[in-house]
Amino acid sequence: MLIELPFWPQQASTVAGSVDVLSIFLTLVASFFSFLIFLLIFFFAIRFRRRPGLTATPVPTRLSLEVLWTAVPLGLTAVMFTWGSGLYLHNQQDPPGAMNIYVVGKQWMWTVEHLEGRREIGELHVPAGRPVKLILASQDVIHDFFIPAFRVKQDVVPGRYTTLWFEATRIGSYRLVCAQYCGTRHSGMIGNVVVMEPQDYQNWLANGADDPPAKAGERLFRTFSCAGCHELQATQKGPPLIGMYGKSVRMESGETVAFDDAYIRESILNPNEKVVEGYRPIMPTFRNQLNEDEIFQIIAYIRSLGAGDAKP
Amino acid sequence: MTHANVPENYLNASWGWRSWLLTRDHKRIALLYLISITLFFIVGGFFALLIRLELLTPAGDLVQAETYNKLFTMHGLIMIFFFLIPSIPSVLGNFLIPLMIGARDLAFPKLNLLSWYIYIIGGVFTLAAVVTGGVDTGWTFYTPYSSTYANSNVILTALGIFITGFSSILTGLNFIVTIHKMRAPGLTWLRLPLFIWAHYATSLIMVLGTPVLAISITLILLERSFHSGIFDPKLGGDPLLFQHLFWFYSHPAVYIMILPGMGVVSEIVTCYSRKKIFGYTFVALSSLAIAALGFLVWGHHMFVSGASPFAGMVFSMLSFLVAIPSGIKVFNWTATLYKGSISFDAPMLYALGFIGLFTIGGLTGLFLATLAVDVHVHDTYFVIAHFHYIMVGGAVMAYFGGIHFWWPKITGRLYPEVWARIAALIVFIGFNLTFFPQFLLGYLGMPRRYHAYPEEFQVWNVMSTAGASILGLGYLIPIIYLLWSLRYGRVATENPWNAMGLEWQTPSPPPESNFAATPIVTEEAYSYDIHT
Repeated sequence: MLIELPFWPQQASTVAGSVDVLSIFLTLVASFFSFLIFLLIFFFAIRFRRRPGLTATPVPTRLSLEVLWTAVPLGLTAVMFTWGSGLYLHNQQDPPGAMNIYVVGKQWMWTVEHLEGRREIGELHVPAGRPVKLILASQDVIHDFFIPAFRVKQDVVPGRYTTLWFEATRIGSYRLVCAQYCGTRHSGMIGNVVVMEPQDYQNWLANGADDPPAKAGERLFRTFSCAGCHELQATQKGPPLIGMYGKSVRMESGETVAFDDAYIRESILNPNEKVVEGYRPIMPTFRNQLNEDEIFQIIAYIRSLGAGDAKP
Repeated sequence: MTHANVPENYLNASWGWRSWLLTRDHKRIALLYLISITLFFIVGGFFALLIRLELLTPAGDLVQAETYNKLFTMHGLIMIFFFLIPSIPSVLGNFLIPLMIGARDLAFPKLNLLSWYIYIIGGVFTLAAVVTGGVDTGWTFYTPYSSTYANSNVILTALGIFITGFSSILTGLNFIVTIHKMRAPGLTWLRLPLFIWAHYATSLIMVLGTPVLAISITLILLERSFHSGIFDPKLGGDPLLFQHLFWFYSHPAVYIMILPGMGVVSEIVTCYSRKKIFGYTFVALSSLAIAALGFLVWGHHMFVSGASPFAGMVFSMLSFLVAIPSGIKVFNWTATLYKGSISFDAPMLYALGFIGLFTIGGLTGLFLATLAVDVHVHDTYFVIAHFHYIMVGGAVMAYFGGIHFWWPKITGRLYPEVWARIAALIVFIGFNLTFFPQFLLGYLGMPRRYHAYPEEFQVWNVMSTAGASILGLGYLIPIIYLLWSLRYGRVATENPWNAMGLEWQTPSPPPESNFAATPIVTEEAYSYDIHT
């Protein structure tokens, strides 16, 4: 009976192929040097095995050899470094116009919120052939969002947003796992990425959509009386929010900060760290009152108030 | 065998518990370490056995998830802090450094005994944590899981590691001073055995790195006890700060574990090929290069942590650089075999095994240094396979090779050669069968620290577990015949392997004072060509 031995993972994203090519290159180099060393050891072991009539012959150190086996590995690792870093920088840079999806990791599940209103747990539906950028937050400990078939992985760190982008190339369902040990049921923090035809994805989104997060965010905005200071127009207490998303804003300290997801999150949790020029540090913190999902919703609401000119 | 005709040596010079527990003789302290680390090795190995049994099937059916998490945590902690780090330095280093440099003892004999007691106290704390419920943070103690969320014995365990660290610092300090100040007349730096160079480099890391581990652990203790808010973002801290601090020690710690093994291999390869080492200066200085560069590569554990891509590139480049001196060693050992007169006694089998497995371990490290590839294999079984090739295929093979090589010197008895060769082969085969499939598992995407796993990974896991049982047998056989040899082994002469080095110029076992008269050194190390 033939047992099927899995040797190579599926390739289902635009970067998977190029990562595999580099891995194959590394495997070839590693195999070459492993076999070189093994063969030399075997050859010497047999040729120079101790036996009557054979004595060891002194061999003086040869500088040329030392230089050779310093320089050749140095050159090869320089190639690996350049290739690996170049590909990494390319793979890290999310292409313009990527659709955003918000993901929260918590012990021990992934919750996903699509801007159109569909929410899911343990599954992530995405369209094929379109760049998708995930904005990742953790509610508790460090998790890691890993899709082996896409060759992408990113730690999800509490206290900050990290991002991960990919463009799926093949329709299908792929495993999504937590790769950073996060406690008792770490190995159960596992799910699926479902890659769909763009049209199917649109249908799926429309089907069973909840209120879009912007709507939920608007409710939170009212419940927590944010509007009291952040009237949608400029007031004296808090800076305006309409048309601000993605703009560059000058702070009291003189620095310029992008009015993006990370800044809005920071301003909700740690409001007086970076105060917009012309305003006083009077906003209270909402730490311990809002969870990561709710913060996403408020960001989605502010986002829905219109984007500024700069790229989000 | 009567005791009457055994000359006085360090073993029979005095009798009774006090003569051992209060000894200041580096050779006796080495034996205290040998016994204690062997016990820890058995405990850590038992945990590994349970891990492999659980992973035989995809479902988490042997133990509960919580128990599994404690098993891999305690396997890591015990093997790293209580076996690998002290293994070669505290046993072989302790025993051999004074003998190899022609000294009577280490520079600070009482400090040497103190460091064993500190090690034992740390061990008692950690074992107490194990028996009172265990700890489940992973040996890496990542925050904020360890500082806020874990419900296991973090404080007791961390205290144990904290305490044990001081044992390491004192041992390192003792070695550095001894090597500087107590070399026999004529034993210049460039005549030192490479075992000494390797331990010198190791000691530098122990002294400079371990305090940072102590600081990181102290901060965890503060955070857990008083919510100091250094690491947990809910308290205003930064979880990545911990990773920087932790790896600043724990990456160099890898070199604490492997450098002494490299020293052992240099001694064995030269002896069994009857050759001077090829490229002495390059092998010696590469140890120092590894120790120095090793402090600058910690960030390669954090390529996907959310640290900046620029930092990632710098750490990637430095990580490639640290591979170069390791490569130099491998090439020089191989070249040493050329035109030798090679015999395949057990120590040599372990040393050759070391070279092969360390080569694979080192070359697979290049995958992890390559940013774009690390993104895929980080935190998967690829990493597990890689570091077990270094730690077990490298460090443990060298430790076993060294124990066999110097066994006659330490005990005055020869081990049974045939059994030893069989065991070495079993270890080599079992090791590869255990860990090679894990490279494939990792690239396929099986994450580490998984209690249960998807079914498609089972074939390779079954293979790995089968290999582990062979490996376990391979470790069991030497423990049995080495104990057997203490009573029944052939009595060893002063220099049974016809080896160079001052330790072979004194009786086996050596007298308490090591040498009847201080030796005078007139030639380079490994002058096998002059004395064939």
